[in-house]
Amino acid sequence: MSLLDYFRSSKPKTASLAKERLQILVAHERSYRNQPSYLPQLQKELLEVIRKYVNVDQDAISVNFEQDENQETLELNIVLPDFQQTNKTINS
Amino acid sequence: MARIIVVTSGKGGVGKTTTSAAIAMGLAKKGHKTAVIDFDVGLRNLDLILGCERRVVYDFINVINGEASLNQALIRDKNCNLLYILPASQTRDKDALTQEGVGKVLDELSKDFEYIVCDSPAGIEKGANLALYFADDAFVVTNPEISSVRDSDRMLGILSSKSRRAERNEEPIKEYLLLTRYDADRVKLGEMLSLEDVQEILSLELLGIIPESKSVLSASNAGMPVILDEKSEAGQAYADVVARYLGEKLPHRFIDGKQGFLRRLFGGRK
Repeated sequence: MSLLDYFRSSKPKTASLAKERLQILVAHERSYRNQPSYLPQLQKELLEVIRKYVNVDQDAISVNFEQDENQETLELNIVLPDFQQTNKTINS
Repeated sequence: MARIIVVTSGKGGVGKTTTSAAIAMGLAKKGHKTAVIDFDVGLRNLDLILGCERRVVYDFINVINGEASLNQALIRDKNCNLLYILPASQTRDKDALTQEGVGKVLDELSKDFEYIVCDSPAGIEKGANLALYFADDAFVVTNPEISSVRDSDRMLGILSSKSRRAERNEEPIKEYLLLTRYDADRVKLGEMLSLEDVQEILSLELLGIIPESKSVLSASNAGMPVILDEKSEAGQAYADVVARYLGEKLPHRFIDGKQGFLRRLFGGRK
């Protein structure tokens, strides 16, 4: 280890920070890139239909699209509010 | 048929116009009749970098609108008679560019030229989209800097989905990386993303590394593409890029900067 290395090691390496941040960001952005363009509209319409029957929040529904070599998967998640609360809203 | 190259990046200020001017000149110098088109309507600059700003009479939009013929608008370069420049309009707004109009101009140029270099504006709006729409090859100009790499990745997504080749399900645009403003000394100090770092994210075929170089500004001051400055590192790096694009196998240079005296003394790393 040289003298210069000693001084260098005391400083954080900003390039590796940049790389880590980029890897996370790019992976996230790429996952959205291949999504079909109808996805936001689908999510909106599904929410409307579900709201006819159950009072759910905007973020209670998530629609995920995944693609690998063999298949495309559309995953729909609906988180229902707890039972009593649902009853109250429907009865009121 | 001409080969259409788009020089693109998403981010501004990374060296698209410098690169467009340099590679167009390089291709022409190698004996290929080349046209270089400025797609930055309203903010044209390619004419300045090529030193022909006072010879602009008609522009790209005039040709699209039928107000001038292609031959009237094309400017023959003063340094190389196989290079022609089609300047952007400085006064119109970018809506004057239409896909049909751009397609027609490219078709006409294709009959007479071997290479057409499209200098894309920054951003992902109309001018940038039309610059890449008809491309066969893309030179993705990237700085070793976080926002530039992110924007390049975004451009790669657009290249693979919004081009004519993508729409027609043809062979995709061939994408190449040009890593510009590279400072090997700062990379060694861990202050700048390295070639490897950038490639880990973008993984493109590398056409060349253009080192950060004072000669780029001097060249633009003088209106001479930097590739004509054969003594400068940037000029040599662009010459390598052109040669590699044309199929020559050259080892990559400028990855490991110069060894400074102090670093040698203190045992600097390779």
